[in-house]
Amino acid sequence: MSVSRRGFLAWMGAAGLTALSARAGATPRHFEGYPQSLCVLHDITLCIGCRSCEAGCNKVNELPAPAVPFTDLTVLDKKRRTNAKAYTVVNKFTPPQEGKPIYVKNQCNHCLEPACASACFVRAFTKNKDGSVTYDASVCVGCRYCMIACPFEIPTYEYNEPLTPRIMKCTLCHPRIAKGLLPGCVEACPTEALSFGKREDMIKLARERINKYPGRYVDHIYGEHEMGGTNWLYLSGVPFRNLGMREDLGVTPAPDLTSGALATVPMVAALWPALLTGIYAISKRKEKLSTGDSQTAVAKAVAEANTKAQAALTAAVDKAKREKEEAVQKAVKMALEQSAKKTQAQ
Amino acid sequence: MFKLKEVLNRSLLTPFNIIAGIIILIGLIITALRFSGGLAAVTNLSDYNPWGLWIGFDLLCGVALAAGGYVTSAAVYIFGIKKYHSAVRPAILTGFLGYSLVVLALSYDVGRPWRLPYPFVVQAGTTSVLFEVGACVLLYLVVLFIEFTPAASEWLGLKRARNLVVRLTMVLTILGVILSTLHQSSLGALFLIAPSKLHPLWYSQYIPVFFFISSIIAGLSMVIFEGSLTHRYFAEKMDETHLREKEDVVFGFGKAASFVLAAYFAVKVFGITMDDNWHYLSTGYGAWFLVEMLGFVALPCLLYSLGVRERNIKLIKWTAAWTVLGIVVNRFNVCLVAFNWHLPSSERYFPSWMEIGLSLFIVTVGVAAFKFIVTYMPILYEHPGYKTPHP
Amino acid sequence: MEFFTLQDFYTYTKGIAYILIVVTLIGMAGFWLYLTDQDNDDRE
Repeated sequence: MSVSRRGFLAWMGAAGLTALSARAGATPRHFEGYPQSLCVLHDITLCIGCRSCEAGCNKVNELPAPAVPFTDLTVLDKKRRTNAKAYTVVNKFTPPQEGKPIYVKNQCNHCLEPACASACFVRAFTKNKDGSVTYDASVCVGCRYCMIACPFEIPTYEYNEPLTPRIMKCTLCHPRIAKGLLPGCVEACPTEALSFGKREDMIKLARERINKYPGRYVDHIYGEHEMGGTNWLYLSGVPFRNLGMREDLGVTPAPDLTSGALATVPMVAALWPALLTGIYAISKRKEKLSTGDSQTAVAKAVAEANTKAQAALTAAVDKAKREKEEAVQKAVKMALEQSAKKTQAQ
Repeated sequence: MFKLKEVLNRSLLTPFNIIAGIIILIGLIITALRFSGGLAAVTNLSDYNPWGLWIGFDLLCGVALAAGGYVTSAAVYIFGIKKYHSAVRPAILTGFLGYSLVVLALSYDVGRPWRLPYPFVVQAGTTSVLFEVGACVLLYLVVLFIEFTPAASEWLGLKRARNLVVRLTMVLTILGVILSTLHQSSLGALFLIAPSKLHPLWYSQYIPVFFFISSIIAGLSMVIFEGSLTHRYFAEKMDETHLREKEDVVFGFGKAASFVLAAYFAVKVFGITMDDNWHYLSTGYGAWFLVEMLGFVALPCLLYSLGVRERNIKLIKWTAAWTVLGIVVNRFNVCLVAFNWHLPSSERYFPSWMEIGLSLFIVTVGVAAFKFIVTYMPILYEHPGYKTPHP
Repeated sequence: MEFFTLQDFYTYTKGIAYILIVVTLIGMAGFWLYLTDQDNDDRE
């Protein structure tokens, strides 16, 4: 059997895999998320970059004291991201058209369908009924796949911890909001840049503001649909992409990005045994037939040779018989002739 | 079996042992640093770059290059190509060692390696592609171990154990192909969850297919490449069957690799077509993508085919080495080069010396184990006591 | 069972799927042994 057949069959298998996986697997079912879940609305036009939210977060979560105090606003000159000691950071942007700087608070967006929860292979992340996405360090293995998955680049890791490293990220103050308190950042904010309430209400509020002050806001509520929607919404006066917020993330919820590939797993498990056993059976049969064929051919050749030999033997025996007969007849004839001669001579 | 006295009398200070010894010593130092100072003390990983060389090389490349095990045993036992039989045990050994080293490498990379069994015994994240990778790798490691035991059993004289396992060959082989199909493709599928972070020329709904097909190419090429090295350094261990069959293996696997490379090229072209990403080819990343496709897919496809048609063993062997490099280039591209392409260069990742050192250490451990097993166990030869062939 | 999120729905369905995959593989192996038993007997 030609070796390229193996390649062809492998290709067929993969073609089957592809046909099964391409865009398949996303369930047609639709999920709206937990009703009554809570949400923060960040009105970027109202943020003054005072970093009180960072301080408030640090306090309620008992995070370590920062190298530079929260009152120091020079840190805003550099772009920062969340890190193992800071669940949230404020960044400063100076888009060319605007005269003044714009400040944006950045933290976990508590997605309706979190990529981190979808990616975690020990279910260390939970999307709670109150809208928060929380992390359970007691099962985390530290594989950091959640960090790969998060489109907003939020989860951070305690790389300095040798034996008990944790993922660190905003919790939406899950324990506090359970008690009816405000998240630490919302409470600390001196302006109304952060509002807290039910997600449906925050969307309505955002819509109202856009309608009331159309010149002030970009007509888009960031987080309403991004990645399937988040429990942290944003309003802005300038395009979001100028504020380090990606506008190309799409609306597909994270679980549906991998559901296609995962949907082929049971298909392979169910079909490969039959496919591979079939190939094995065919190749075994082929082998048997070819062994059978060659055996038949050998037997035939042997039989033919035997027949030939037999015929040759018979012919030789017959010939010998004939020759013997002839010789005998000749001898008899000679003897008769001699005896006749003898009789004549007498 | 070997006599301990004999071994100790021979000088242990061979060049290989000295170099390997130094690398292993360095590896042990890095180990101490990793588990006393955390990943920060040893790696250049960051919050933007949670996966680095250990995932990109030890996991992704390690798994791809250990694929020779399932490819070879499928060829011999499922497709019935008996003339490659002598290549099975070396391929299974490489597979077994390769996957074992993957687990070893993960023990350094993950934050709490003792919790690696958690997804299976504590809480299963069944929506995660990584769960599926972990489950299949774990099961396949068990399969490979079992498939390896006949060689060890013959060495230790465990006749019954050996014969029992040999009877299970078909089941193990089929299970091996199923598990390999699943986890080879799923290692690619891991990246499906991050479309915003992987360059469009490498991100595709077909990544699982890309990784699966290239694993076949990797397996075929590794068997040829590693076979050529084994023949160079362990020729005295190879019996007549091995020496006789090895040319068939080179030509047969070279032919298959050529064909599968052509199929892979077509699959990649369709990947670009379906997402209309042609315009990216004229960018910097596009140029690098073309280097990967033309230099490490199209070229070896051509060279393999030339080697097969001209009966040029040397060309095939060099092409195999080049193809192995190409697989590494591809896995690095997906995981390290095309990943985070949107970030400024100040945030991009490059491995630290200690990360490289540890990966070298892990490979050295593997080579040393391979050397030991091939020297003392019937991998390159048939054990005289078991002349009745394996199925 | 009411699911509010895709995540919960998929966790549930894929959990069952994995269990059934193990059952299928073991079942297929056993079934194949049952099917091919005759061939061995016939040949003898």
